[in-house]
Amino acid sequence: MASYSTNEFKGGLKLLLDGDPVSIVENELVKPGKGQAFNRVKLRNLKTGRMIEKTFKSNESVEAADVVDVDMEFSYSDGEFWYFMDPNTFEQIGAGEAAMAEAAKWLKGQELCTVTLWDGAPLTVTPPNFVELTVTETDPGLKGDTAQGGTKPATLESGAVVKVPLFVEIGEVLKVDTRSGEYVSRVKD
Amino acid sequence: MSLESKTNWQPTASVEVLKARARMLQNIRAFFAEQQVLEVETPVLSTSSITDPHLQSFQTRYLNKDYYLQTSPEFFMKRLLASGSGDIYQICKVFRDDEQGKNHNPEFTMLEWYRIGLDHHQLMDEVEQLFQKLIDQLNIKLICQPVKRVSYQQVFIDVLGIDPLEADAKALKQITLKYNIEIPVGMDELNKDMWLDWLMTQAIAPAFDKNSFTFLYDYPASQAALAKLNVLDPRTSHRFEVFFGELELANGFNELTDAVEQRERFESENKKRQELGMEQVSIDGHLLAALEQGMPECSGVAIGLDRLLMVLLGVDRIENVLSFGVGSV
Repeated sequence: MASYSTNEFKGGLKLLLDGDPVSIVENELVKPGKGQAFNRVKLRNLKTGRMIEKTFKSNESVEAADVVDVDMEFSYSDGEFWYFMDPNTFEQIGAGEAAMAEAAKWLKGQELCTVTLWDGAPLTVTPPNFVELTVTETDPGLKGDTAQGGTKPATLESGAVVKVPLFVEIGEVLKVDTRSGEYVSRVKD
Repeated sequence: MSLESKTNWQPTASVEVLKARARMLQNIRAFFAEQQVLEVETPVLSTSSITDPHLQSFQTRYLNKDYYLQTSPEFFMKRLLASGSGDIYQICKVFRDDEQGKNHNPEFTMLEWYRIGLDHHQLMDEVEQLFQKLIDQLNIKLICQPVKRVSYQQVFIDVLGIDPLEADAKALKQITLKYNIEIPVGMDELNKDMWLDWLMTQAIAPAFDKNSFTFLYDYPASQAALAKLNVLDPRTSHRFEVFFGELELANGFNELTDAVEQRERFESENKKRQELGMEQVSIDGHLLAALEQGMPECSGVAIGLDRLLMVLLGVDRIENVLSFGVGSV
């Protein structure tokens, strides 16, 4: 099994810690001039997204996690799995609900997503930063109210619900930022 | 735009910091000129190096022979002392492999000096005088609380309620758990000094006054390094360190002058290296020969000048006091 010594630690390195894949966010050397060195490391648990802090005696070896990011196109969902295709190899892979998490609600098909694979299985799915989706449900639009003002919820074709300005109507296509979940603009045809 | 112009070619320190650095160096040289301490330069390359398992030397080759880059100018300076140089100081670059971080750069600038006939307490007085002078002359608003001096034993008793000279590894682990201090992955639980080092960085140093220098003296004999053992209490040695807040700035010794004991320490450190699966380091036969011939009783101290400048200017990261940090070389 591949492993890394603490002197190879750097941001982005993927390790296996207590059975979970983690990514190094920050690595700081704690070392008295004439004493034992330690590495204080900030890590993100790639399964839960949680940040953890851990200290290692320097020169300790830590098992590497086989984690890679692959750009894949979303094909379809059968309700249990969301299927993605590698546009280069046409290989298909199914991601379960745990890996999809929030990503599922932004996808209708053919979006290029980042699928993070751990030991070849989908760990997390990151949708494109911006998606364009049609409004399928919202309260009637208020004509002329194109400036500032209130917001109302709108349901999009992928199932996501976002806050939109009052003038937005059913059937309009919206650009949404998936990182914040916020409405960006209307998309004019 | 060409490819080259996109690289990060800019210095990591501002011109203001570089000016303060130049003034600090001038002021240090003026201080020692006044005290009639001689400035010397010694080689960076040496066929031997320090055996301390916690220090890694860079190595290079010249005419099919291995050389180390110096982790400190100590051994050459001691050979000068043994040859009758009198009081000496040096400002030089030193090199330590695998040391990089907020407070570490693999090459850094060291001020090291030796005073014949002074014990470590008298040398601590001089370190204090130098710091005061640098603070005054840089005309900065560093407000220092009175400098604190405390023994290694006393500070462990004060902060953690444990006597570091009497406690064993098991007791130190108990204290670590009691104070909810994390236990590092890979901790060698039977190694008392490893626990002491860990508690020093996690509990003791963080308890030092944030706005003042702390002088910590009489380290345990197991951490004597190149200091004389204390004849009145052989559990301790005449080694001291200086901190500002929790940042370690300096290390000093009432210097070991006994060639036989020095050889034993080198050999036992090399044995430790072997146990840890590390490469052995060539023992400095020149230094041992010099000690055999006789080095005057003296005390010496080494100060990390980059860190001292960080303190004087209130800078948080070492690369911001270096013209080019290791990430930009």
